[in-house]
Amino acid sequence: MSTMALSQFSIPFLMGNSLNAWSDALAGFYLFGLPLGLVILAAIPLVFIALYSLTYGVYGERKISAFMQDRLGPMEVGKWGILQTIADILKLLQKEDIVPASADKFLFVVGPGILFVGSFLAFAVLPFSSAFIGANLNVGLFFAIGIVAIEVVGILAAGWGSNNKWSLYGAVRSVAQIVSYEIPAAIALLCGAMMAGTLDMQKITMLQSGAYGFAHFFLFQSPIAWLPFLIYFIASLAEVNRAPFDIPEAESELVAGYFTEYTGMKFAVIFLAEYGSMFMVSAIISIVFLGGWNSPLPNLGGFALNDWTNGPVWGAFWIITKGFFFIFVQMWLRWTLPRLRVDQLMYLCWKVLTPFAFISFVLTAIWEVYRP
Amino acid sequence: MQELDTAGLGSVRVTRQSDTVVILEKDLATEQMVLAMGPQHPSTHGVLKLECLTDGEVITQAEPYLGYLHRCFEKCCENVDYPAVVPYTDRLDYLAGMNSEFAYAITVEKLLDIEIPRRVEFIRVIVAELNRIASHLVAIGTYGIDLGAFTPFLFCFRDREIILGLLEWASGARMLYNYIWVGGLAYDVPADFLKRVKEFVNYFRPKTVELCELLTKNEIFVKRTLGIGIMPADVAINYGWSGPMLRGSGVKWDLRRNDPYSIYPELDFKVPVPDGKDSVIGDCLSRHLVRAWEMDESLKIIEQCIDKIPSAEGFNPRSAIPKRIRPKAGEVYGRAENPRGELGFYIESDGKSTKPVRCKARSSCFVNLSAMKDLSKGQLIPDLVAIIGSIDIVLGEVDR
Repeated sequence: MSTMALSQFSIPFLMGNSLNAWSDALAGFYLFGLPLGLVILAAIPLVFIALYSLTYGVYGERKISAFMQDRLGPMEVGKWGILQTIADILKLLQKEDIVPASADKFLFVVGPGILFVGSFLAFAVLPFSSAFIGANLNVGLFFAIGIVAIEVVGILAAGWGSNNKWSLYGAVRSVAQIVSYEIPAAIALLCGAMMAGTLDMQKITMLQSGAYGFAHFFLFQSPIAWLPFLIYFIASLAEVNRAPFDIPEAESELVAGYFTEYTGMKFAVIFLAEYGSMFMVSAIISIVFLGGWNSPLPNLGGFALNDWTNGPVWGAFWIITKGFFFIFVQMWLRWTLPRLRVDQLMYLCWKVLTPFAFISFVLTAIWEVYRP
Repeated sequence: MQELDTAGLGSVRVTRQSDTVVILEKDLATEQMVLAMGPQHPSTHGVLKLECLTDGEVITQAEPYLGYLHRCFEKCCENVDYPAVVPYTDRLDYLAGMNSEFAYAITVEKLLDIEIPRRVEFIRVIVAELNRIASHLVAIGTYGIDLGAFTPFLFCFRDREIILGLLEWASGARMLYNYIWVGGLAYDVPADFLKRVKEFVNYFRPKTVELCELLTKNEIFVKRTLGIGIMPADVAINYGWSGPMLRGSGVKWDLRRNDPYSIYPELDFKVPVPDGKDSVIGDCLSRHLVRAWEMDESLKIIEQCIDKIPSAEGFNPRSAIPKRIRPKAGEVYGRAENPRGELGFYIESDGKSTKPVRCKARSSCFVNLSAMKDLSKGQLIPDLVAIIGSIDIVLGEVDR
C-alpha cells in the first residue's frame, strides 16, 4: 500500500508520466534566449558515462576480476580502494601529453575524439526512461547501428596516425572486425525490429510493457528470439573489442593495438569510449530483447509488483540495471576466456553468425506472419 | 589474356592487341615489412628480440636476436671457487634455481667422486621437484596470458607462491636459493617442512584439475594451440631438443630415467608423452599437456620421497662437503633433467687450482629456441606468440 502511494506521489513530482516528459521539458528550456536545456540534455549521458566508467567500469571491473582471480584488487586508496579510480584519473591528468615525433599529428589528436564521439552519439537514441530520451528519432535503432561505424574511422585514424607498426596492425584488425561483425549484429537487431514493427526505440520498449513483466519481453515473445539475442550479444562483444574478441588490442600480440602510443588524457578518452560502447551495446540488447525500461516483475494477484515498479524513475533504474548486468557478463567472459585468432574470428563471423542471423531473420518473419 | 609477374610488384593481367600490350588489371603491390618483436614486448618472456619479416599478418621469416641478458656466466665461474659457482647457477634458469644447483652439484660430485648421505639425496629431490612444479606453473600461466587468458595465470601464481614460501622456509630465499651445495646442503629442512609439503601435495592435486578445466579443456585454448607449430620427432632430435619440448614431439626421453642420477631409479613415476588422441603430436598443445602431466608426476615423486626419507637423527647436511674442493686433473660432463630440458655442465679441472679452468653450461632453452626459425615460417603473428610461449624460454638461461 505504501509503495503504491509512493509511486502515485512521485508522478506529479516528476513532471507527469507521459512519454518523454523530462526530455521534452528540457528541450524547451531556454535561458536568455539560449537553448540551455539542449546542452543539459546532451550533458546527462556524458556525465552518466563518466560516472559509470569511474565506478562500475574501472573500479567494478578491477574488483570483479579480483574476486574471480582470488585476489583483493585495489585496497589502498580509501576504504576498500574506493578512491583508486580518482587517483588514477588525477595521475592521468598530470601526465605529459606525448605526441610521437614521427606521428601524423592531426590524425593522432583527432583519433580519440572521433572514437569517443562515435560511442557517445549512440546515447542520443537510448531511452533512459519512459520520460527521457536524448532524441526521439523514428529510426532510432537504425541510427544506433549506423553510428557505431564512426568508431572505425577514429580507430583507423589513431592507428595510422601513431606511425607504429603495432598500432597499424591493431587498427587494421579492428576495422576488419567491426565492419564484419556489424552485419550479423544488424540482422539480429532487425529481428527485434521486425517483432516490434518499428525502429523507434521508445515504441519498441513500450510494446514490451504489460502486466506480466518479463513475459512481455521480446526474448520470451517468440520461440526463436533467443537466437538473434545470442547472435547480437556475441557480435556486440566483437564490436566493442571485448574478450574473447579483443584482438585489436591483444596485449600479448600487439602490445596495446591501436592505442599503444597514447598517453595521459588521450588514453583516458579512448578508455572512456570503450566503456561508453560497452554500456551502449548492453543497453541496446536490453531495449530490443529485454524490455528496456520496463520492470521485469509480474503482477501476482494482489501484489501488483509490475505496477509498483514502473514509472520514470524506476525505468531509469531498470535499464541501467539491465545494462550493468550485460556489462558484468562481458567482464565475466573477459576474465575467463582466451583470445581467438584473427582468422578464427572472421570464420565465426562469416560462416557461423551471419548464416544463423539470416536463418533467425527468416524464422522470425515466418513467426510474425503465422503467429497464433 | 595473360598474367605477368613484375618482379614482386604484384601480378598484372594484360592482353595483346596486334603488337601493343594493354594492361587490363593491376593487382595491388604488397611489400614485406620488418617487424621488430621485442626486446620490450609483452610476450617475448623477457628480453628476446625476434626480427620478423611479415607479409600482412603472415610471418615469412623470424630471426631470434639474443644477448640482451648476457652476464658472462662462464667467465665468472673461472674466477671463483667451485662452491661459489652455486649462486651463479641459480641465476641461469631463475624460475628453477634448485634444479640448476642440483645439476651443478652432481657434476662436481662426479668429478670429485664422493658419496652423499641418503637424506641429502631425498631432500634434493623433494626441493627440485617442488621447484619443477613451480616452474611449470609459471610456464602454463604465462602461456595462458600469451593466448589472452589472464585468470589461469593468477591461479598458477597463487599456488606457486605456496611453493616459494616452502622453499624460502628451507633455504632463506624465494628464487635464488644457494641451497644445494657441492657434497651436501646448506641446511637440513626445518622440523615440520615435510608435513607442510605433504599438505601442499594434498592441496594442489584438486587445483591441477581445476587448472585443466579452466585452460587445457577450453575450446578456444585448444583451437589456438592444436596443430600449431608442429615439430616432428626426428627434426626435434636433430635440433638437440630436450625436456618437455622433445617429449611433446613424442620422444620418450627423460634424463631421470635415461641417464639416472641421485635416487630417481628407486622412485616410481611415468614419463608422459602425448598419444596423439588429444593433440597432434609435436604441436603447441602437446607441449602444454606434457607440462601439465609432469606436474602430476612430480607430485607422485614428492609423496614417495616423503614416505621413504631417512630420519633426521644424527644428520649433518654438511658432513660430506669437502673442506677444500680441489679435484684431480680431468674433465666431466654432468647433466640433469630441468623443467625446461637438459641442463648440462662441462667442467675442466687442472688438478692444482680450486677454481674450474673451464665451466660451460649447456642450456636447454637456448637449444630449444634455435628451432624458432623453422617453427615460425608461414605462421600468423598470434601463432608466433603461441609458439614462443610453448617453447617456454627463460632468457636468463638462454643468454647466461
